[in-house]
Amino acid sequence: MPVISFVALRVLRIVPIAFGVVTIIFLIFKAVPGDQATLMVGATATQAEIDAMRVRLGLDRPILEQYVSHMFGLVQGDFGWSSTFRGNPLPYILARLPATLALMLSAIALTIVIGVPAGVVAAVHHDRWIDHLLTGFVVALLAVPNFWLGLMLVAVLAVQMGWLPSHGFEGPASLIMPTLALAARLIALVARMTRGVMLEELRKDYVRTARAKGLEGRTIVVRHVLRNAMIPTVTVIGLQMGYLLGGSTVVERIFAWPGVGDLLLNAIGMRDYTLVQGIVVVYVAGFMLINLVVEGLYLLINPRLRHA
Amino acid sequence: MNVATEPVLAVQGLTTGFDTARGRLVAVNDLSFSLARGETLAIVGESGCGKSVAALSIMRLLETPPALILGGTIRFAGRDLAQADEATMSGLRGAKLSMIFQEPMTALNPSMKVGLQIAEPLMRHRGLTREAALARAVEMLDLVRIPEAARRAEDYPHRMSGGMRQRVMIAMALACEPDLLIADEPTTALDVTIQAQVLEILRALQARMGAAVILITHDLGVVAEVADRVVVMYAGHKVEEADVASLFARPRHPYTHGLMRSVPRVNAPGRASGGRVRLPEIAGIVPALDQRPPGCPFVPRCPLASARCAEMPPLAEHSPGHWAACWHSDAVGQAAGAGHA
Ligand SMILES: Nc1ncnc2c1ncn2[C@@H]1O[C@H](COP(=O)(O)OP(=O)(O)O)[C@@H](O)[C@H]1O
Ligand code: SF4
Ligand SMILES: [Mg+2]
Repeated sequence: MPVISFVALRVLRIVPIAFGVVTIIFLIFKAVPGDQATLMVGATATQAEIDAMRVRLGLDRPILEQYVSHMFGLVQGDFGWSSTFRGNPLPYILARLPATLALMLSAIALTIVIGVPAGVVAAVHHDRWIDHLLTGFVVALLAVPNFWLGLMLVAVLAVQMGWLPSHGFEGPASLIMPTLALAARLIALVARMTRGVMLEELRKDYVRTARAKGLEGRTIVVRHVLRNAMIPTVTVIGLQMGYLLGGSTVVERIFAWPGVGDLLLNAIGMRDYTLVQGIVVVYVAGFMLINLVVEGLYLLINPRLRHA
Repeated sequence: MNVATEPVLAVQGLTTGFDTARGRLVAVNDLSFSLARGETLAIVGESGCGKSVAALSIMRLLETPPALILGGTIRFAGRDLAQADEATMSGLRGAKLSMIFQEPMTALNPSMKVGLQIAEPLMRHRGLTREAALARAVEMLDLVRIPEAARRAEDYPHRMSGGMRQRVMIAMALACEPDLLIADEPTTALDVTIQAQVLEILRALQARMGAAVILITHDLGVVAEVADRVVVMYAGHKVEEADVASLFARPRHPYTHGLMRSVPRVNAPGRASGGRVRLPEIAGIVPALDQRPPGCPFVPRCPLASARCAEMPPLAEHSPGHWAACWHSDAVGQAAGAGHA
């Protein structure tokens, strides 16, 4: 099966990339100006406390040694000493992961459920009122930053109307507002993209062939055009994963959503470099995994790639 | 050739235009012809003469707007297709009336297996289950002489050559055994060696199924080989119509004569690279839709043109079934120095 060898190849290819990226992250954190130990213990600490922190963080050792033990630590799941958790932060990061994943997945689901059909409907009714209406929505959504949308949602739906919980995690209803805030921009992007691709596909020769064999409009769209239009759409969704990760940080803060992004902002506030670095590593790993899934999907819907 | 039975298709006064920024432009002008059961009618003419627009008008596959049928009737299967609604047309297309196109590389859906693409009209029109239709699709692939048909049915189009894809198109178009097949330059995009194969397959299947065929081409060599009757189109008009023997024996329109003089010999060196090499042709080009002269459209390129040609010549019958629209048709091919090909 070529699909299996494809997956194996991609997984193998990830190893050196992950290695390189983690190394770069290490170097960036080394390049942060100021002494990490001093920053972590705070301005009022004594020199003895600072020295103790240096030893605890391993900063007293030569940089190459630090690097090697850092890498070995990562492989074994030891992300170093976090001042917030007074130890290895990995379990705490992982404990926050499901909340972030839930937020991202529901944002993607909402994007697919709303963005794709909106684009298809607009394209099929090209230049008619429904197309103009949808395109207007898209433009409006793209103009709105998601933190603003988040604040408006909180103000209207939670504070004024009291319909939805305004923050934290209190059952599935809590997911609604952060998801809307996070997905809004992506929905607009995907709707616009889908519309453009659909219009392009609808003009292609194979559509005329489908009509020439007696198929009707809806069948042609569903059976022939949609799949071809999905190829670029999946790519766009895949490329927006970075945006979703970044966006989730802001959205989690606004809604006090107990995810990794919220933790990241706390870590930055506390100057807990170990924790920040650990979260970045987890993000990178997640990002690579997502790319793998996107490539797999791409392969699934585009037969031309399967034999390449 | 004309049997006394009802024709499969009777086009009468078909006029098709486009609404454009430069106003309403007419691409097919008062076109009439008819087809008997099992007959092969060739429509010839250079690129831009309105052959495809005529074919797509019959199929009702033109996008409206900008295209619209301005006049005429298209009698087929007891109806006037010019007036038929989309539901009627989609019931006929692929069932009684099929079409294959010039570009086999883009005519198939790149992300659907060819077997299923052939099976679709069978499921749509014959009510076959997916399995039965797919089995029939394999038989069709076999009929168009694709080796290992069962395995090939599972392939996507990108795994096939242009010639194979065109054979897939033929299989798809003929799956429901239509009464009429319109083949719009089916071999133009193919290699010369493949052209002959594809034409032969088309002809064999036509004979087997008894379908009438409209073969659109600008290659008179192909016409001589496969057509019973020929309609010559120039700038949207039918300028000549005859059975193939009498057309080649004595063309009655200077345009037809000009086309014949530019027919390549089958083994001529110019044809070696897929027939795309330009051959000695009639000087000038087919005028664009908004630049057609008021009288005979051929005036600017015609060696026989005279003052009289500023008026549109009517179609006149020179011998039974041989029609031409030219004021000087008796002089065609007779002029000094016009060596016959
Ligand atoms: N959608 C369109 N809009 C405007 N003009 C068109 C359109 N389609 C075809 N035409 C014009 O109609 C004329 C006939 O085209 P066509 O039927 O494709 O010629 P051919 O004989 O090569 O098949 C050409 O001048 C072409 O430019
Ligand atoms: S009518 Fe005149 S211009 Fe037209 S084809 Fe005949 S001779 Fe030529
Ligand atoms: Mg054409």
